[in-house]
Amino acid sequence: MADRKIVDAKNTFCPGPLMELIANMKQAEVGDELLVLSTDEGSANDIPEWINKVGHEVIESSEDAGVWSIVVKKTK
Amino acid sequence: MKILIVGGGMGGTILANNLARKMRNELKSGKTSITMLSASDKHMYQPGLLYVAVGKMNPSEMYRDQVSLLEPSIEFKVDPVTEFNLDDNNVKAKSGATYNYDIIVIATGSRTHAEGTPGLAEYAEQFYTEADAVKMYRKLEAFEGGKVVVAVGVPHKCPMAPLEITFMLVDYFKQRGIWDKVQLHYTYPIGRTHSLEPVAKWATPEFERLGITYETLFNMKEVNENVVLSEEGTEAEYDLLITVPAHKGMQVIEDAGLGAGGFIPTDRKRLNMEGRDNVYVLGDTTNLPISKAGSTAHFEAEALAENIASIATIGTATRDYDGKVFCFIEAGDGKATYAMFNYQNPPDPKAPTAGIHMFKTAYNKMYWASARGLL
Repeated sequence: MADRKIVDAKNTFCPGPLMELIANMKQAEVGDELLVLSTDEGSANDIPEWINKVGHEVIESSEDAGVWSIVVKKTK
Repeated sequence: MKILIVGGGMGGTILANNLARKMRNELKSGKTSITMLSASDKHMYQPGLLYVAVGKMNPSEMYRDQVSLLEPSIEFKVDPVTEFNLDDNNVKAKSGATYNYDIIVIATGSRTHAEGTPGLAEYAEQFYTEADAVKMYRKLEAFEGGKVVVAVGVPHKCPMAPLEITFMLVDYFKQRGIWDKVQLHYTYPIGRTHSLEPVAKWATPEFERLGITYETLFNMKEVNENVVLSEEGTEAEYDLLITVPAHKGMQVIEDAGLGAGGFIPTDRKRLNMEGRDNVYVLGDTTNLPISKAGSTAHFEAEALAENIASIATIGTATRDYDGKVFCFIEAGDGKATYAMFNYQNPPDPKAPTAGIHMFKTAYNKMYWASARGLL
């Protein structure tokens, strides 16, 4: 299984979960998986939107007690 | 106790001064020492770069001698660290000297990483150093009209900079009387015009009112002559490209293996480096998912000064950093607003006013009192 780095963006507003993910994606290698933790409901939509637009992959997305867990894979 | 502060920017300077005042007696008795190592004998007011870039501030106004900002009890040396030996509680510096410590605070800051985007350094303007800000102003001065594109890298220092430079450009072109010859196009990495949703809700209609076009989900991939390409597969043609480049932490942090991208993994409340209880991190140097801004370093430094003083005197920390950030937002047209938030409370920026712009203008001078830990 590929390394899964955790991007803990809970309870932060700026730069926010998607911007944190973009920054961490730059440091990741192709094939790496990143787990984004977010308390921003919008992350459930805006992270997959960006991932799909760029051409990476959403592995899974779930919510538990107000925390969204979104696993993405860097594909290129 | 030997306290070593690496870095003489906003965070390191406020921390040093607050500590020196809280530990006046310990310093006087010789029980405690505070040493600051910096790469420069000058302290720069970094927000001034934004004004230099549009001809609103002379570069010399941005500097003070670092030693003039520090309490006399602080030992200050221009001797940048070249090697961190955290297991042995010492650092080596450029002079060849070794500095031992009981507690170290790393506040080395961040820098633009233009070379991470092919073509950016060659074709685009930026304003995160004095030389770049002056170069940008000269380019603006020679500009007679055409398409101006603003593009933003991630992560970047000062989350308000993309919006501020955009609105300041509008003012600049209006004052020169060429606004009707300019098409201003703003791009932003995520799906709205600013990372803070309330700020985006204010900025987007402002763009529409001013005739500024915008494209979201635009991450710079490559800059060519007259066109910038995005990771998302789109492109924006330009006659003048103004950028906020992606940032990295300092090279020495990367070389020491302290954190990916030069950003050190840091506990969000106690500000210690993860896995180390005598290593603390401030400001842009942390990997915390919060704004890389002077105010972040300021409020972190206040909390950390209380904790280090407590550790030195009663053996334990007494305060958590609550994530507080305060950012002015220059809105153009002689107005400004601000965003204030922490880990628990989102920002709620108000409509820009002339009064807040005047306060921001005053703060450009009051900063020096802030760095001294007086404000």
